[in-house]
Amino acid sequence: MTRFWRIFWAVVIGAPLLTLSAWGLHDNPRLFVITLLNSLTLASLYFIVASGFTLVFGLMRNVNLAHGSLYLLGGYLGFFTAQFTGSWVLALAAGFAAAALVGLAMQVSIFRFMPGQDLRQTLVTIGLSIVIADLLMWGIGAQVHQMSPPAWLDGPLRGLPVIRAYSTYRLTLLPIGIVIGVALWLFLNRTRVGMMIRAGVDDRAMLAAAGVNVNRVFATTFAIGAGLAGLGGVIGAVELSMVPGEDTRLLLASLVVVIVGGMGSVVGAAIGAAIFGLAETYGLAYAPTYSVVFTFVILVLVLAFRPRGILGRPA
Amino acid sequence: MESRKRTFVRAVVAAAVLAGLGSAAVAQAPPVKIGLLATLEGPFAAGGQDGMRGAELAVRQRNGVVAGRKIEIIKASSDAKPDVAVNATRKLVEQDKVDIMVGPLSGSEGIAVKEYSKTQPNITFINGSSGAQATTLVNPSPNFFRFNTDGGQWMLGLGKAALDKGYKRVMVIAEDYAFPYSQVQGFMTEYCKLGGKVPVKAWVPLGGKDYSSVIARIPKDVDALVVVLGGADAVNFLNQYEQAGGDKPLIGGSITVSQDILNYRGKRRESLVGTIAGAPIADAYEAPEWKAFVADYKKNFPDGYPSPSLFGLVYYINMKAALDGLEAVKGDLSDGQKKYREALTKMVLKTPVGDVKLDQNRQAIGTTFVTEVVKDSQGNLYNKVLRKIDNVNQTLGQPPAEFKIGSRDEPNCP
Amino acid sequence: MSAASWRGAMNLQAPRPLAPADQRAAVADEPRRRRFRNPVRAHHVVVLAFLLAFPWLTTPFFTYQIGAQALALGLIALSLTFLAGAGGMISLAQMTVAGIAGYMVAIFGTAATDGAALGWPWWLAVLLGITIAVLAATFIGWLSVRTEGIYTIMITLAIGVAFYYLALQNYAVFNGFQGKQKVFPPTLAGVYWRDATPFYYLALACALAGYLFVVYLLRTPFGIALQGIRDNPRRMHALGFNVTAHRVAAYAVAGAIAAVGGVLFTWYNGLVTPGSVGTGWLINILVIAVLGGMRHPVGAFLGAVVFVLLQNFAIDVIDRERFNLVIGVVFLAIVLFSRDGLLGWWAALSARMSTHRGGTPWKAASGRSYAR
Repeated sequence: MTRFWRIFWAVVIGAPLLTLSAWGLHDNPRLFVITLLNSLTLASLYFIVASGFTLVFGLMRNVNLAHGSLYLLGGYLGFFTAQFTGSWVLALAAGFAAAALVGLAMQVSIFRFMPGQDLRQTLVTIGLSIVIADLLMWGIGAQVHQMSPPAWLDGPLRGLPVIRAYSTYRLTLLPIGIVIGVALWLFLNRTRVGMMIRAGVDDRAMLAAAGVNVNRVFATTFAIGAGLAGLGGVIGAVELSMVPGEDTRLLLASLVVVIVGGMGSVVGAAIGAAIFGLAETYGLAYAPTYSVVFTFVILVLVLAFRPRGILGRPA
Repeated sequence: MESRKRTFVRAVVAAAVLAGLGSAAVAQAPPVKIGLLATLEGPFAAGGQDGMRGAELAVRQRNGVVAGRKIEIIKASSDAKPDVAVNATRKLVEQDKVDIMVGPLSGSEGIAVKEYSKTQPNITFINGSSGAQATTLVNPSPNFFRFNTDGGQWMLGLGKAALDKGYKRVMVIAEDYAFPYSQVQGFMTEYCKLGGKVPVKAWVPLGGKDYSSVIARIPKDVDALVVVLGGADAVNFLNQYEQAGGDKPLIGGSITVSQDILNYRGKRRESLVGTIAGAPIADAYEAPEWKAFVADYKKNFPDGYPSPSLFGLVYYINMKAALDGLEAVKGDLSDGQKKYREALTKMVLKTPVGDVKLDQNRQAIGTTFVTEVVKDSQGNLYNKVLRKIDNVNQTLGQPPAEFKIGSRDEPNCP
Repeated sequence: MSAASWRGAMNLQAPRPLAPADQRAAVADEPRRRRFRNPVRAHHVVVLAFLLAFPWLTTPFFTYQIGAQALALGLIALSLTFLAGAGGMISLAQMTVAGIAGYMVAIFGTAATDGAALGWPWWLAVLLGITIAVLAATFIGWLSVRTEGIYTIMITLAIGVAFYYLALQNYAVFNGFQGKQKVFPPTLAGVYWRDATPFYYLALACALAGYLFVVYLLRTPFGIALQGIRDNPRRMHALGFNVTAHRVAAYAVAGAIAAVGGVLFTWYNGLVTPGSVGTGWLINILVIAVLGGMRHPVGAFLGAVVFVLLQNFAIDVIDRERFNLVIGVVFLAIVLFSRDGLLGWWAALSARMSTHRGGTPWKAASGRSYAR
């Protein structure tokens, strides 16, 4: 895009946003700042879950529509672990591990035998998501499971400027998201396995030709991607509670985040999550009737100009 | 040879006797088939499970037999969506050939099933727990009976109780469909008339999870929040509100303080203590019929709640009505079930919370409670009775011409 | 599908098995009106006779809830089978288009108790509904043609969900969660078309029309060009075909088919709510199309029959509350063990029992099916 057009679009999109923000700040500063915090924290949760999704797709071209069920699985397991041991950190680990194991099993026992058949793998994940969701409901029941935050994160943080009080736990979602994002970036860019994954995303055939055990790399990636969903599940179990139906919601959020941000790119997932979180939350706060149409307009705009997402790579 | 012949003769005699007994069994009256529909998936799944327990309790109290006929229950499930409910009902009625239909659970489903009932004039439809006003008030169906009071009736008396507690300005947070409209209307009709003010109403989509924006919009100068959310939505809202440092007292809708919410798995329920609500049920009601009912529920369902939920009670009432009616006509469902329906229309139903009669739209006139949430010695939450109002009719005591069904904008008193 | 695989397609393409000489000539040179003459075989006649006689053979429940529902759903799935099988584009927004048609019929016609309803005559409402739905399908197509394969699935899913939320949250036009109730077919020529038997015949007529239309379309220059684009868009572009225009046109045609199916399905239910166009239904249509098999238009209807039977009777076979599990397991089994659903199984079976028989309406490039 030439420089002229870049400035043009920056103005067309940026100017209304700035004016609206100025008006919002002036009109009800408390609402504006709270909504900003709400959206960034929600975006953190979306980012954690979507990063796993985009990792799996980027390397293996597998649209894992069972990602939401893995979220649910991790959340429930985390809930029971926390109940049993009383430790939130242990619950996080348990949720991650459980989802990672199931993801590993899926890759090793099913997807490994369907190399290259992208659509068929997607259909299998759809079937798996239906089965897993129903098994979970059978075993655990339809009752709402609300996990409590750990004692040191419990309750509101008072005495803040402008907004007066904010949920401590929710506020910590932001640093958690950043930590996970940085850890993921370090993993992908500074470790050997990460290097192999990035190489595989660029050219799978070449990776195999270079003598790497591609199946093992795939299995690791799928396990990590699934584990991230489970981790997101434990975090979400506190903030949003666990109930059948959460899996579809988080799956759709991941889908939109990854479409906007670009497939296969973790940084793209972060950007997409931020945009989606901001759009959804501000929409809910200021124009609740049409907040989702709002997000759709953004989706359309992105697709019209960058069909592969903001940081997407060509197939 | 002789012993073989004897064995043969004995076998023949035994067979003849058995055949005789068998045909005697067949000669009894055929079983009565009752279809039972509740939401076993989706946002009200937990409520649906308890509803089925309530209905089954009514059957077990009669040992599975009514008027000499065996009761056969055929269950179906929906997910709070009207088209799914109608499909399930159609299958029960047209494929499984039930004689009587009991259900559905949620408000919008009730309206759709009522429309379907008009196409099946020979089957009797009895409500499950759906509580939208429009089901019996607008275009009622001649063979759809509702023995439970509706969402608006459940809130009678709450407006006055709120003003008595000093809540002069309240904000309404409710789900965006027919049942909460009825509930809010029932509350606001009285509240506005007695001088209360409702400056803001926030309608949230059913199944929405993130209440942070709604919470951020709560004005500083309201005295209390009227929360008409059910199932998972209620739990989410309560949690997020408390985490965000909110401390305004709550006024609950009927399903907001039902046992399935008071018993959700998790700790943060303290904020519910002291909530006043309106409902057809009060866990701590003292009457002997109620206590017997609770004991019966606990004995039959050790894995149920400590006390039956709203859905459990209401499904029980409707199933009991179905069975009592059958007994009144001695199981006679002939001639398009005409006698049965007459019996239902004239019946005075005895329920654990009082007597129920039907009005001209086949809608119940019954009892409503104003309750408050308290904690018992074991830490369980339950509802204690503040006030009991009998003979509440669908127009809440107003002349029918003046009565307007609740919607998003009606009633209004900012 | 990745660029690497398309490269592979261009380089590794094996020569197609030559069709018998007369068929080749017939397809390429015959005058337009004769293109439609599909040889009518014995099994076609038997199936048609069975379908026509169906209401006389079963109860009204089966005719309505199983027969008519399967035909209406099959029509919607047919649009997906056409788009995916012939066009290579899997769109999860077909149910959205069907829902839009249903909503428009409800809004323009005599609908509900509440919300916007203009009360125009039914034929006008249906016409407008289908037109608007086709326009919507074209718009969705325009948005989606820049993507390929898996991307298309995700983007159409997102569009479908966006429409669901629009219908859920808008009250002025769509009446929110309640949706539009009491949307019924008219009473025409003394017959109330919602009764079991008339509605079944209406659905059968539309389904047959849709099926024959698709079979015909696939032999026209447009259809063949579409299949060419599915197999190798770069080559078609080099030959001078406007790839994007063809794809968008395919979306529009599929949209028309889905719209008719949508009007029928709405009439069948007697109502249209956001639940009718939610994620569950979007995925169900894909399940139906895959179940039946995408190699032939009849697969859509096969899948619809299996789906409707499962939906109604799984609840009798297994514990009431576990029927989702049954549907999920059946779907998994078919996807895991068959390359192309029920039709794939049938093809494998008949291939084992006899030698190669030609005659599928679209000839997949060297036996490659959609499942890459």
